[in-house]
Amino acid sequence: MTSVLLIVGAVLLLVILALIYRIFTLVGIAKGNSKKKVSFSNQVNAIMFPIAFFVGFGSLFWYSGIAQKYFLPEAASEHGAEIDFLFWLTMAIIGFAFFATHVLLFWFPFKYQYKETRAAYYYPHNDKLEIVWTIIPAIVMTLLVISGYVVWSDITSPAPQEAVNIEIMGKQFNWEVRYGGSDKVLGRHDYKKIDGTNSMGIDFRDPNSIDDFIARDIHLPKGQPVLLNIRSRDVIHSVFMPHFRLKMDAVPGMPTKFWFTPTKSTAEMRQLLSQDPAWQEVDPETGEPRYKNFNYELACTEVCGGSHFAMKKVIVVDEPADFDKWYKEQESWASKNKDYLSSIGINNLDLAISED
Amino acid sequence: MSTVDIDIHSTTDAHDHHDDHHHTENFFTKYVFSLDHKTIARQYLITGLIWAFIGGSLSGIFRLQLGFPDADLSFLKPILGDWIDASGKMDTEFYLAAVTMHGTIMVFFVLTAGLSGTFSNFLIPLQIGARDMASGFMNMLSYWFFFLASVIMFISLFLETGPASGGWVVYPPLSALPQAMSGSGAGMTMWLVSMTFFIVSQLLGGINYIATVINLRTDGMSFAKMPLTIWAFFLTAVLGLLSFPVLLSAALLLVFDRSFGTSFYLSEIYIGGEALPNVGGSPILYQHLFWFLGHPEVYIVLLPALGITSEIVATNSRKPIFGYRAMIGSMLGIAFLSFIVWAHHMFVSGLNPFLGSVFMFLTLIIAIPSAVKAFNYITTLWRGNIIFTPAMLFSIGLVSLFISGGVTGIVLGNAAIDIQLHDTYFVVAHFHLVMGSASFFGMMAGTYHWFPKMFGRMMNDKLGYVHFWATFVGVYLVFFPMHFIGIAGFPRRYYSFTNFDAFSTFADLNSFISIAAIVTLTAQLIFAFNFFYSIFKGKLASANPWRGTTLEWTTPRLPGHGNWPGAIPKVYRWPYDYSKPGAKEDFIPQNVPFSETPESNLEMEKELAKLEKGESGEIKEVD
Repeated sequence: MTSVLLIVGAVLLLVILALIYRIFTLVGIAKGNSKKKVSFSNQVNAIMFPIAFFVGFGSLFWYSGIAQKYFLPEAASEHGAEIDFLFWLTMAIIGFAFFATHVLLFWFPFKYQYKETRAAYYYPHNDKLEIVWTIIPAIVMTLLVISGYVVWSDITSPAPQEAVNIEIMGKQFNWEVRYGGSDKVLGRHDYKKIDGTNSMGIDFRDPNSIDDFIARDIHLPKGQPVLLNIRSRDVIHSVFMPHFRLKMDAVPGMPTKFWFTPTKSTAEMRQLLSQDPAWQEVDPETGEPRYKNFNYELACTEVCGGSHFAMKKVIVVDEPADFDKWYKEQESWASKNKDYLSSIGINNLDLAISED
Repeated sequence: MSTVDIDIHSTTDAHDHHDDHHHTENFFTKYVFSLDHKTIARQYLITGLIWAFIGGSLSGIFRLQLGFPDADLSFLKPILGDWIDASGKMDTEFYLAAVTMHGTIMVFFVLTAGLSGTFSNFLIPLQIGARDMASGFMNMLSYWFFFLASVIMFISLFLETGPASGGWVVYPPLSALPQAMSGSGAGMTMWLVSMTFFIVSQLLGGINYIATVINLRTDGMSFAKMPLTIWAFFLTAVLGLLSFPVLLSAALLLVFDRSFGTSFYLSEIYIGGEALPNVGGSPILYQHLFWFLGHPEVYIVLLPALGITSEIVATNSRKPIFGYRAMIGSMLGIAFLSFIVWAHHMFVSGLNPFLGSVFMFLTLIIAIPSAVKAFNYITTLWRGNIIFTPAMLFSIGLVSLFISGGVTGIVLGNAAIDIQLHDTYFVVAHFHLVMGSASFFGMMAGTYHWFPKMFGRMMNDKLGYVHFWATFVGVYLVFFPMHFIGIAGFPRRYYSFTNFDAFSTFADLNSFISIAAIVTLTAQLIFAFNFFYSIFKGKLASANPWRGTTLEWTTPRLPGHGNWPGAIPKVYRWPYDYSKPGAKEDFIPQNVPFSETPESNLEMEKELAKLEKGESGEIKEVD
């Protein structure tokens, strides 16, 4: 029944369109439009451009004000602040270029719409103009490239020696995070050692692995450099920590790195957001203002399969002392999985460490 | 149409072998396996438009999911079957399949084949003054390989395991391993087979376009007198010829990895409960090969649109295009640079940071020739006498979209900023405006402008105006807000955002975008109706309805096989003599000698006029 109705509706729509088409054509003939070079529509279209301009830019400015409150809070990492500065600087420049060109692009059609009394100005070229508007963008681009280069080299420079080493491994469809344990050194891994228990493929023949621990949440110390050792065990994923302005692909077979320094603890960020009206809204699920439950998050930004959108990990930035405390409290993976270790022939963990 | 053929038959008695074909022409050789570039162009156009509707509908489907994540989508069950589960929720892998096929279809089948295939085929011989393409047979093969690719891709939509789903870039290992997602099984195989045929089609077409432009230009049509459309098609073909084979090699290595156990892209993978034996491959290698095509591809879809716009803006401003040589120069610059910027898609792929800086530098240079083009368009409008045909409106719209989408490229091309914005909605906004919408507007502009020459009838301009304003406003309403969503960090290709606190905002804006997208898509039905209805019922066109200067307007209302009933016109002047001071009309076609226009000749042209007089005897003999 519905399909019959749909077909009837579609046919009716077609008939209506055909009628409109005929009417337009007949009215055109009656008015003698076919003899004139342009019809009244030319004026209508011409005036539409300035209207579109004012409505368009009006709503752009109006909505920018609203959208702003949903933007990410200020960067929580050292390099993030530099990226944000560069971003807004570039946005200001291109915003100006966009606005200025559109003033002309939407004004000229109105101003120079067809008039029988006027002839167009034969103006095929002007080399001076071409040179001017080649050089100005060239200068602007040079400045942007240089500032971008400075920030980029800074971000991608080698990590400091004292950086806290963290391993992040992506897999369908979650993240696993490993810390170096008491020796702060991450043990080797081997993808052939992965199984249902040892999901990260930690190689326990390497004594450095014995004290490594796997954490539920990612904990980071505030104000200390952190080096992320990123890998994947199946397809490409991408580590995205939006609040820290950080992104790096996790590639199977090719370990990647990213180092940064968090600058705001989770508690400080909650404090900061409590000033923000958008975060003061009460969350219907918890009954509390949203800022109280704010957490830094890790998301995947390289499509990796059906549950790509669900690869989340919570990140906690602690004060350095709290971080050290938390770090010490963690039990090594080996001590939690003694059965697994004995199955691969390691029975005494202390012995395993002293063996080398 | 048959009347026209008779017409040509009678006026070309004195003329060459083309007549022989007419006697043996039947329905199949005329409309199906035609060797005529105009018929092949029409085939490309209609196939491209059908694909545009399929690709557009797919975006409507996934926009429903994004805009209304809690909605009951059971009403889509008749179309999507089991992809909608019992509770009316869309399958998450199907969502990705829809996104992937939308991208593949739009980029390759609509904006590459539908745009460049249509207008290169139609306009190259007509505008350079050739009877047909260099090889009509290769041209026909080109279309039918495209058709075959289309059929295979279309069938893959109906596979039980779904079509390819790993994004239009189909990065391995996701696309190489059927264990990773169901779309990487048979769907991906068909994607690769289809794309292989597609590439063959592009190469056959491209070689033909290049050979035709180089060899078959009419007397007097030097490169410096070629319309900018031809320059654009020519450079596009060169880009395609140099970059598509690299995509073929990327695809071929992927086929090897998928089917023959090689490890070009695979290394150290544990999936589906087992460790794979592959070691030593690099997924990054695929990305390099893919983007070596992928980035020129952006210009393969954009350059023809820019060429078409140059032509239409000049014609309807009744003014020469401003800075003809600068336009050619900037196109050459863009074409060259497009080959050395590919790694800006890979800043955060683990690429060597030094390479990142090099590619950032090269990428931002592209902004310069692009800016020159935009300024030249705007200056062409200045002090014109502008006639708003639907084609002109779409061309002005294109310039607007080219700027608004282009400027954000400066943001994304900056490696440092790209760290944050890579793979967010900011990127989606950027390329949908500058590449998707701008090229689509070029395709629409070209269709409205050359429809009279293609089908001998006019499209209805009022419906065209409605179509333009609905589409122009609609496109901005859909894609502009995505900048905000991107700045807020929302990643692309997400089925839903509710898992993350950081992305839990903007639900209402996403609904708004979806509504705008569906309304804009629906508005395209106005065009579909106008197009198909006008083919049969449109007002009869005159031979030169827009009063243009280029050679295609010197052909009869519906040019037959061989394009010109008599001799091919000779070219004397550049294609932009609009509103020349002193001239009788506000346009002087390219085939009018300077000796016939003493009233409007510039100093240098007076000399040329004298030279022409010396030659005129020869011309008479040919006639």
